[in-house]
Amino acid sequence: MVQSLDTLIETPSQTGGPYVHIGCIPTFAGLGAVYPEDLGLRAIEDGAKGEIITLTGEVVDGTGWAFRDALLESWQPDAAGKFAGQVGADPKVNGFARFAADKDTGLWSLRTVKPGRVITRDGRLQAPHISLWIAARGINIGLHTRVYFDDEENESDPLLLRIEQRNRVPTLIAKKTAPGHYRFDIHLQGPLETVFLDI
Amino acid sequence: MTSTKIDLGPLVPRRRDMHPVPYDPEYKTSVPRSPRWSLLSMESTPSEETGPRFGHSVLGPLDNNLILNWSKDGTGAIGERVLMHGRVMDEFGRPVPNTLIEIWQANAGGRYRHVKDTYFAPLDPNFGGCGRTITDDEGRYQFLTVRPGAYPWPNRGNDWRPMHIHISVFGHSFGQRLITQMYFEGDPLIDRCPIAATIKSRSQLDRLVAPLDLSMSRPLDYLAYKFDIVLRGRRQSMFENKLEGM
Ligand SMILES: [Fe+2]
Repeated sequence: MVQSLDTLIETPSQTGGPYVHIGCIPTFAGLGAVYPEDLGLRAIEDGAKGEIITLTGEVVDGTGWAFRDALLESWQPDAAGKFAGQVGADPKVNGFARFAADKDTGLWSLRTVKPGRVITRDGRLQAPHISLWIAARGINIGLHTRVYFDDEENESDPLLLRIEQRNRVPTLIAKKTAPGHYRFDIHLQGPLETVFLDI
Repeated sequence: MTSTKIDLGPLVPRRRDMHPVPYDPEYKTSVPRSPRWSLLSMESTPSEETGPRFGHSVLGPLDNNLILNWSKDGTGAIGERVLMHGRVMDEFGRPVPNTLIEIWQANAGGRYRHVKDTYFAPLDPNFGGCGRTITDDEGRYQFLTVRPGAYPWPNRGNDWRPMHIHISVFGHSFGQRLITQMYFEGDPLIDRCPIAATIKSRSQLDRLVAPLDLSMSRPLDYLAYKFDIVLRGRRQSMFENKLEGM
């Protein structure tokens, strides 16, 4: 016999189901003003420092269908690479946002500030990126991914460097479509399957 | 680099075998919505170790009372009155204080307040179906609600969801983000549910089944069910590199 480990096991995930919006963005879901406003309505407040950008995209299933019931969350630092709550962080950057695929078009969009670079524990500089988390019916455990930008230096990013199949790197890089506008589609399956993270 | 102080290190990697399988043909919607290729593993960075914090100021006084928070005339929702309570902790058993928990559920008849839900069971004019709260200094939380009804759903020919409450928890790190469901002790539909069955470890599924907790039930008022939640932990040792500003 050996001593017993007293660590616990994480509670297992379950799908958010078709009505995840009721719990997370009830005003969007049509529940009226149960709360003053939905949580995560804005990633930034007026006056946030840095380049204001809009990201737009779809969440596409294995059949090629941009599904309508995805719930997304984003988390990012301010333009200087500081996260909300850290010393010196831009008070106008909430860093967190919640948004949903449009129920008619499947398109989602996020208005935010271009994030700054953040250093890893071992001292390496990461390229600017926004963390994304996706929940929906049929997704049994929330999917983590990252949005990088095609007009930034991504070559030495530690996470992107770990992708063996270099042809998959572009699945994490948003494409500039106009000044201040980027496109980022998320593919759950298929040849364009987004790189999802276990991190 | 070492430090004589115990520092918070990276998030403990997720044990994927303790979670549901992403792809399960018995849960049909998971078939086109589960990634086919392996996830990319990497040690967590500040992007995953930090996360949004929400203060008590976002909460209204009735936010954790689903019996009253949508009641138009103050009479309250119809159904079996239930206190749902528990603690949020990490894998090392440390409490997770001041973290936001959101819940949503069907009404006592098994109907959600949602345009897409067309089940025969009627809406309850006094029940919305969502609530939220923030854990206290010891990680504890409570909701007062009604027991949700079981409901049928289009999957295989005759599938019914067991009574359940959906739960979303933030923790303190974006990498701890978790959505799960609480089931009720004794419900025979749990073992017939293809969504519950996406969890292949029996002992892990059991952890989603809340026991009746008469010690917390209030006589002549409500029953209680206990539901503890464990989030990923962060390794702590004297040998983690220190991070600026963390
Ligand atoms: Fe449900």
